Amino acid sequence: MSAHVPSRSPGWPRRLVHGVLITLALVFLVCFLVLPLLTVFVEAFRQGVAPYLASIRQPEAWSAIRLTLLVAVIAVPLNVVFGVAAAWAMTRFQFRGKALLGALIDLPFSVSPVISGLIYVLLFGTKGWFGPWLDAHGIKIIYAVPGLVLVTIFITLPFVARELIPLMQTQGSEEEEAARVLGAGGWQTFFRVTLPNIRWALLSGVLLCNARAMGEFGAVSAVSGHIRGLTTTMPLEVEMRYNEYDYVGAFAVASLLALLALLTLAVKTLLEWRYGDEIASHAPGGH
Amino acid sequence: MTLELSHLHRRFAEFQALDDVSLRIAPGEFLALLGPSGSGKTTLLRILAGLDYPDRGSVHKGGTDFLATPSRERNIGMVFQHYALFRHLTVTENVAFGLRVRSWRKRPSRAVIRERVERLLKRVQLEGLGNRYPAQLSGGQRQRVALARALAVEPDMLLLDEPFGALDAQVRVTLRRWLRELHEELELTTVFVTHDQEEALELADRVAVMNNGRIEQVGSPETIYQQPATPFVCEFIGKVNRFTVRRTAAGLAAGSWVPDDDPWQGRFAEAIAYVRPEQLRLAVSPGQPAWEARLRHIYLAGSVAHLDLYVAALDLALEADVASEDLSRLGLHAGMDLRVAPRSAVLFPLDGQGATANQERWIWNARSPVPA
Amino acid sequence: MRRRVLPGFGLSLGYTLTYLSLIVLLPLAALAWTASGIGIEGLIRLLSGPRTLSALRLSLGGALVAASINVVIGLLVGWVLVRYRFPGRRLFDALVDLPFALPTAVAGIALTTLYAPNGWLGSWLEPLGIKVAYTPLGVLVAMVFVGFPFVVRTLQPVLASLERDVEEAAESLGARRWQTFFRVILPILAPTLLTGFALALARAAGEYGSVIFIASNIPMRSEIAPLLIVQKLEQFDYAGAAALGVAMLLLSFLLLVMVALLQRWSHRWAESGA
Repeated sequence: MSAHVPSRSPGWPRRLVHGVLITLALVFLVCFLVLPLLTVFVEAFRQGVAPYLASIRQPEAWSAIRLTLLVAVIAVPLNVVFGVAAAWAMTRFQFRGKALLGALIDLPFSVSPVISGLIYVLLFGTKGWFGPWLDAHGIKIIYAVPGLVLVTIFITLPFVARELIPLMQTQGSEEEEAARVLGAGGWQTFFRVTLPNIRWALLSGVLLCNARAMGEFGAVSAVSGHIRGLTTTMPLEVEMRYNEYDYVGAFAVASLLALLALLTLAVKTLLEWRYGDEIASHAPGGH
Repeated sequence: MTLELSHLHRRFAEFQALDDVSLRIAPGEFLALLGPSGSGKTTLLRILAGLDYPDRGSVHKGGTDFLATPSRERNIGMVFQHYALFRHLTVTENVAFGLRVRSWRKRPSRAVIRERVERLLKRVQLEGLGNRYPAQLSGGQRQRVALARALAVEPDMLLLDEPFGALDAQVRVTLRRWLRELHEELELTTVFVTHDQEEALELADRVAVMNNGRIEQVGSPETIYQQPATPFVCEFIGKVNRFTVRRTAAGLAAGSWVPDDDPWQGRFAEAIAYVRPEQLRLAVSPGQPAWEARLRHIYLAGSVAHLDLYVAALDLALEADVASEDLSRLGLHAGMDLRVAPRSAVLFPLDGQGATANQERWIWNARSPVPA
Repeated sequence: MRRRVLPGFGLSLGYTLTYLSLIVLLPLAALAWTASGIGIEGLIRLLSGPRTLSALRLSLGGALVAASINVVIGLLVGWVLVRYRFPGRRLFDALVDLPFALPTAVAGIALTTLYAPNGWLGSWLEPLGIKVAYTPLGVLVAMVFVGFPFVVRTLQPVLASLERDVEEAAESLGARRWQTFFRVILPILAPTLLTGFALALARAAGEYGSVIFIASNIPMRSEIAPLLIVQKLEQFDYAGAAALGVAMLLLSFLLLVMVALLQRWSHRWAESGA
């Protein structure tokens, strides 16, 4: 992102205005963004390092971490395959209803997280569409891990596609056409020509998808049942500890999530600095 | 083997890109598809490449249905307008691509590939640049990589889509000559799309002039230039003067100039006439039909001088070309009056509804040429 | 006789549609079906209930206010980040994405602790009589937090590609700086600001995790609509939860449509001049 250099050096009244604006913006950024972030770490270490480590080593914390990782490891690759397939279909072919398809892909993005959880309860919950059938066969989806995975897949569905589609649209299909004329087969074209051109955007999408998958709260809350040690992911563990007034414990787990967020941001920013034009500018993604 | 294109139609939404196009491409010839943007030439090329398919019509190669073969099996080399180089591969890897993606049965050994790539890079004068990436090359260099890449698979036919469009004039001229030499050496059927008529006329064995999805004329560059078949071809190729010839009691005339003859035998009342700037005589003797023209301005463009003439009687502006060195010999200066007449002209009669009857084209030549 | 040049159309589109149908369409169908089970009168009764109304008012009304605040602050921050150079600019620019990347629960407890009466900011505001945590004001703060990046990120590319010559023309005609800003620049940015507004609005209205902790969640006072849905689920009132969910979706959809119309209207007389 470029900052314009002013066409001539401004006089000092203007400099004053600039200074005031910059200060205002910085004050806001610090108060609003930096302070909450700092709070997480300060509160986590409020009683020192030892209690912090102890609270992370507790078995509930470990099972929460394991569960969070499990959910991410299943949901993210599935959505990567989806994202690639959707981007290929949308940007390399002409067909009717592209706008509708695009809106459908974006849908999980614009739906409230709780509603995302709600709809899966309506499908698989005890009184849901498949509820009786599932109960009869002893399969638990809601209030069990499969429910968590499904909901996470729903929530993070658009992320990879949203990164890839604008980029592949901008890049155009000329290189793939050239590869075809040169004799490359379908998969050859994809792996040798398309994939290398989208790799950084793909990585970016994976990072965002992963961050969201691990950090999702509202949707997971609705389908989890909050069974400690079984269906509690890290964000849910944070909530439980906080509600039990175990502030150090809550912030300790929260600090791990915050570190993940910072790491994601850092890598993403790095990618954008170095490979900026291979990751098309896009509308923001988020929680 | 000859390529036979028959009655191709292609429509994009509201726009008719190809309208009943038929063409025969002889083996080994260098054919240019020439026309303004929107004339359908790129569409035609893409159909040959297999990147598009016609709505109606057929393409046959030596009896087999060419369109039924998928693009990757047509053994075609294509150079795209913006090169379409694989940006993440080096020059060497780009050129080797077509060989590397072959099924392992047909794939040459690594040594053979390497040797062939090096030979090609030398041929296109890019040796030593094998490890560079496309982003590190100039436009002309990228163009040559694209060409080398297309040639690496030893295709039967080479297709080029406005390959020199994005290059500087000087580079363009050099690459043009070089492409022609390459064609003569390889004897490869080449189809070349361009909107630059100078390029087409200079390079091609035959030129197909296209407009609005139709082929206006196919022929050698000389034929296209000297015997244009339609008004569009007249006006698109080179510079041309245009005026109207009308029937008078005494026969056809345009003001005080009279073409002595009438092949239409009185069927048409009006015709459009085209005269090339170099076909205007500037010192017609008083006994012969000519226009009274004033020489308004002389524009010197290197070796050629463009003369801006004005015929007051017809309110007609004409351009005549003479060699710069002849200016003083002929005693030409701005402001003088001249007697001017065409040495040869192409005439198309108007059919009375505003269109021309192209099949009645008449090429008129002065009978007793007098040196200008 | 048309064939597709590039391969994989059937495979990619087929996979995409199947995946979408299973993951997105099927559950949404369940939502619509279950909600319809409550009937029209049931729906009206549910929506006109005082508790529901208050929750919707807080969620949607709060989101409207929060998104508006985001437009102002986002414009300021976006402008400063694009136009000016100062030490640490790149760092702050990267930081703007924090509300995206940070899990909502983490943001929730952090904001609550920060604005609680004994928190860093809360202890400073309390003597001034401004209570943030456990009040609707806290809900607003959380909503502004989550919606913040949307305006900035949508604005930045447009600001960066703004041609300076329009401003220079205005200046040569005698306009003062602030006149140029309000008469020339702002109208050009208006559609983008509206887009950012819509995105922030959609996000804040449905927000759960960040808000749940800082709100006191007292019914009729500071209970947000998503919480109401969760409670209905826990009571196995599927139909009620579904109806409320559909209502929320429809209301946000309506709001977005209005914003889209506003955008088209402002686009007519303020073409993006960049």
